[in-house]
Amino acid sequence: MKVPLLEIRDLSVGFQAEQGILKAVDRVSLKMEEGKTFCLVGESGSGKSVTSLSVMRLIDYDGGDILSGEIFFHGEDLVRKSQEEMIKLRGYKLAMIFQEPMSALNPVFTVGDQIAEAVMLHQNKGKKEACQDAIEMLRLVGIPAPEVRARQYPHELSGGMCQRVVIAMALVCKPEVLIADEPTTALDVTVQAQILDLLRQLKAELNMAILLITHDMGVAAEVADQITVMYAGVMVEEGTVEQVFSHPYHPYTLGLLKSIPGYESKRGMDLYAIPGNIPSLAQLPQGCRFHPRCVLAQEKCRLEEPVPHDLGSGHMVKCWLSESAEMSESTAEKR
Amino acid sequence: MNAPELAKKQYLLETSGVKKYFPIKKGVLNRIAGYVQAVDGLSFGIFPGETFGLVGESGCGKSTLGRVVLNLQRATAGQVLYDGRDLTKLQMKEMRNLRRELQIIFQDPFGSLNPRLPIKDIMGEPFRVHERVNKREIDEKVIELMHLVGLDPARRNSYPHEFSGGQRQRVGIARAMALHPKFVVADEAVSALDVSVQSQIINLFMRLQRELGLTYLFISHGLNVVRHISDHVGVMYLGKLVEISLTDELYSHPLHPYTLALLSAIPQPDRAKKSQRIILQGDVPSPANPPSGCRFHPRCPYAQVLCRQEEPLLQGTGEDHRVACHFPLG
Repeated sequence: MKVPLLEIRDLSVGFQAEQGILKAVDRVSLKMEEGKTFCLVGESGSGKSVTSLSVMRLIDYDGGDILSGEIFFHGEDLVRKSQEEMIKLRGYKLAMIFQEPMSALNPVFTVGDQIAEAVMLHQNKGKKEACQDAIEMLRLVGIPAPEVRARQYPHELSGGMCQRVVIAMALVCKPEVLIADEPTTALDVTVQAQILDLLRQLKAELNMAILLITHDMGVAAEVADQITVMYAGVMVEEGTVEQVFSHPYHPYTLGLLKSIPGYESKRGMDLYAIPGNIPSLAQLPQGCRFHPRCVLAQEKCRLEEPVPHDLGSGHMVKCWLSESAEMSESTAEKR
Repeated sequence: MNAPELAKKQYLLETSGVKKYFPIKKGVLNRIAGYVQAVDGLSFGIFPGETFGLVGESGCGKSTLGRVVLNLQRATAGQVLYDGRDLTKLQMKEMRNLRRELQIIFQDPFGSLNPRLPIKDIMGEPFRVHERVNKREIDEKVIELMHLVGLDPARRNSYPHEFSGGQRQRVGIARAMALHPKFVVADEAVSALDVSVQSQIINLFMRLQRELGLTYLFISHGLNVVRHISDHVGVMYLGKLVEISLTDELYSHPLHPYTLALLSAIPQPDRAKKSQRIILQGDVPSPANPPSGCRFHPRCPYAQVLCRQEEPLLQGTGEDHRVACHFPLG
């Protein structure tokens, strides 16, 4: 197997609160290769964004602490780096696209200047050259008349255009890893289709590894090579897009898929709804974190936290049922 | 329903040629420099007890239309007939009395509830305004409402920030249901919610409709959601209705190129259902300066000379299917 470009090993991230440390992310591991897209899916509060902010080490500014684990990038552990060292990497080798394009852009600078800033900082280029790069990048992300647009301010552009500018900003230094946190959530479906298509093209051109964070299973199915489903800070299922979508195993993954209108339900009939709500970090249930909402929960699920179980060729699931199911199958075979 | 009854079936709400223009003012003298044509001549009807889904991209005027049919914003021209009465001609007082039958639920469960009021006051407000009831009666009604929408009545003294997004949306729905409305506009009511919570709220909408006999105008950019909940669907583009039909007919046989592109852009979690994606180029033009002829022509892959010159009318092509296109897909 190839050496992964970025590897997260047993990452745990916590926030200091009145009740003590709340673990927002608990022992998450991920291996990313170049030219591949990885998707983290899950509902709000499942720890997807905290994971991505930890990779960028931006979590330090949000009051979070990396409690344990390593994040290897080119053999170096990002967790041990100082912020000064991180500044040299962020926006250069590691780049990030945020959800709200309007608030990710500074309203008092032209979009061209904002893109050029990264070039001047990381590539030691002069202003003129950097602006030229910015215009080239705007052209690459599909903005018509980039020379004109580069001199405009964010409020003069539409939401879809602003998202393209944010993408241009992230990609201008040709990063090796791109983290996109809900890049299309604020956009219309038609614009979303444009942006996802653009990301796919650029990934191929620049041979980047993309970590895409989304709550939309549809988006994940469209663009991902590998999928990781998160629930309440832990990974519950992981595999290739084929494995997770064609043979979802974890009851939570299945529940998420079945809640989508039109996935399996008939028009006008009641939709499948996962009972209950996502638990708060202060009151995480014992055993499997999903058990209070799981229709299949058994005694063991209430008591013990499930261990990762490989269903074959890398399709990992954290559910006690997976073991008993396989056991009963194999015992059935023996008979 | 037998045949003569069916023939008599009438719209609960009907608009004819309804327009809403917003003036653009410029300069020190505040002269009107032009108009944003947010809603430009729409005619459609909603039957009692059905859900009419309205889809389109942001800026196409669907929210404005929602407000115009409730007369929260008075139409610039055209008629809005509710139960045979033209809302645009009603006096303030008459309108106020009618308000109890016409309600709206907003998108943002964070922004649409007053953070300084406990939710029992938020849900009790309609009673204080419209009905002569004392405090105890209001309390009883609030408890009843909370049961109706699946909230725990023990939490009626809590403030909005103590509730999750889904619960807050239930509060918004409860408030709208307080006075037993007949017609409810749901403006992106489930768009801000996570998928598992969204399915709970959609089920609530459908249950309330069955139990209370409501009629919905369901505005959303979520095409999957609209397909699930609607009987009829209208597609808007830049202030115009481009296509209207029965839900299944529209989703299986879209006739307008815009509808087709919109449907193809839905991200599909079921890999077997994947279809050919049509990616529209460019952005939605400004409604202050819409293109000539068919408003979709600059982005339409099938546009011809006629499309640039002449505006297509919304015309029937078959059973309950109307489209505004010179060259509808077949």
